[in-house]
Amino acid sequence: MNSTIFKHYVYFFNIKITALVLLIGLGFSSCSEDLDDNLTPTIQITFKFTHHWDNEPVTNSSLNILQFTNANGELLSIERLRYIISGIRFTNSANESFLLDSYNLVDLTSNKGLSYTVQTEIPEDTYSVSFTFGLNNEDNSENYVDLNSESFNVPDMMGGGYHYMQFDGKFINTNSEEQGFNYHAIRAVDNAGTDPTSPQDTFFTVNLGTITVLNRTEIEVKMNIAEWFTNPNLWDLNEFNQMLMPNSAAQIMIYENGQSVFSLGEVTQ
Amino acid sequence: MRIRSILIVSFIFSFLSCSNEDITYEPVPQPLEIPQIFSDNIIAPVIPNDNPQTAEGVALGKKLFFDTILSSNNTQACASCHSPQNAFTDITPTSVGIDGIFGTRNSMPLFNLAWNYNERFNWDGTALSLERQAEEPVENPIELHSNWDNVISRLQLDSEYPELFKLAFKTSTITKELTTKAIAQFERTLISANSKFDRYSLGEATLTPQELNGLDVFLREDKGDCFHCHGNPNNPLWTDNLFHNNGLDSAFTDLGLGSTTGDPNDNGKFRSPSLRNLAYTAPYMHDGRFSTLDEVINHYSEGLQNSSTIDPLMKQISQGGVQLSQDDKADLKAFLLTLSDPSFINNSEFQN
Repeated sequence: MNSTIFKHYVYFFNIKITALVLLIGLGFSSCSEDLDDNLTPTIQITFKFTHHWDNEPVTNSSLNILQFTNANGELLSIERLRYIISGIRFTNSANESFLLDSYNLVDLTSNKGLSYTVQTEIPEDTYSVSFTFGLNNEDNSENYVDLNSESFNVPDMMGGGYHYMQFDGKFINTNSEEQGFNYHAIRAVDNAGTDPTSPQDTFFTVNLGTITVLNRTEIEVKMNIAEWFTNPNLWDLNEFNQMLMPNSAAQIMIYENGQSVFSLGEVTQ
Repeated sequence: MRIRSILIVSFIFSFLSCSNEDITYEPVPQPLEIPQIFSDNIIAPVIPNDNPQTAEGVALGKKLFFDTILSSNNTQACASCHSPQNAFTDITPTSVGIDGIFGTRNSMPLFNLAWNYNERFNWDGTALSLERQAEEPVENPIELHSNWDNVISRLQLDSEYPELFKLAFKTSTITKELTTKAIAQFERTLISANSKFDRYSLGEATLTPQELNGLDVFLREDKGDCFHCHGNPNNPLWTDNLFHNNGLDSAFTDLGLGSTTGDPNDNGKFRSPSLRNLAYTAPYMHDGRFSTLDEVINHYSEGLQNSSTIDPLMKQISQGGVQLSQDDKADLKAFLLTLSDPSFINNSEFQN
């Protein structure tokens, strides 16, 4: 064996050894992933928020047009709609919960936040799924720079924290004139001023029902906007249209009407 | 042997060319100094990936901002309508260009521009970035009335600019894009965050009872309800940077955002200006129609004009507005003036 051939032999021998080590490493690595997969397969979950007026879809191209009639018979338009959902919870049959300590600002007006992929992956299972409309009191007392940047705050003298929802539009009033309304949901407050008090909580839990998550899963959450005006309180926009934030009675009615606003849409995998 | 010689010569050439690259000056990064009141409360400013802040870029941008070379007859600069003493606006309802012709819009004050997250600039949202905003006034016939080819030629022939561009952008070949990048870098440094109210928020100053009541009027939905469009103590920009019809007219001579989007639903909408530095930025509104803050407050209290696109956040339109008492008006004005920042207009780094 001459020296050149010997050098080539050593070179290829080294390559073979390196390749073998890499293959063994890859083999261990993939075995390890399989093991993990078998124990806790995790699913990426995306929530898709859609909006409707009863059975008619509402998108941002539906805005600014007097085209919806509420249960009280008032013709109205939607000009701005944005709201917070938070505290998404997945509870399995063994009553184990995965609580996602995060929130999402859904903004129909600018088409932002309509799709929200949760940052924590969930193991395959069947779950009861719920979320909070707005922010619970603990979360509502935090300082969120992204929500501040959206000017979504509630002033301190009205309890502080953040809007749960800003829903603005116009309606035809009893004088047949266009008039603005600001259907803003916040934590109900009395005694607006230096020492506001809250008569009751007005965030609420939305139960979407049971969902089996197997693969990458998309869950449609439907908001029926018409329901904000329907039950149990037949909403009269001529009576309740603006300056609802410091009106605790109006806030409690919004809270009550909100219970039937959300529903589960399509679940795709 | 011949091959070896070629290789050696090639190596020397490549080394020399590397050497030339190596001596190219690297601009020094100069990130924005973000005030605590901003970092505590709002998300980070918008800095384009292709135009990072550098010391040389900012210095060049400042020189350009104050240089009349951008106008066709060398009589006006950006600063002619955006004066530091007026928080980078001017004192006339609309601004006069190099030919003595007045435009149709009030010059917008310039500060905290990097926090305009939607990046729609101008009253009507025509400019989709700060760099692009700097393009238009140069060629506007009632502003600097020049054209970019001429401006670039003059900059290129100048005794200083080619070297300054080389320091800022590593090339002495001047372009419109690099010129507006430099101006935008300077404009992003125009940060105002040291008003009396900022210091109050940081626990470093106190407000008078009148100013505090004015804040209450500003924030109460059943009084001024200014906060929905103009921010709040947790949003120290004091604007939402969005577009609203605030009830100035029942019929529009200027369509505002509508002229940009072509959507009739946007007619009569203009970008909310910040309420900072109101002490220096009169007259007010997109056409400078109000000379004083009192006139502005009276407008929202009793002067609203109804129209199809008026923002639903405007209240009691049939009575003309929110009907503030004289005391509440005076208190609101006192509060608004706490948002002015004398250290901003006197900042030597922003002067020519």
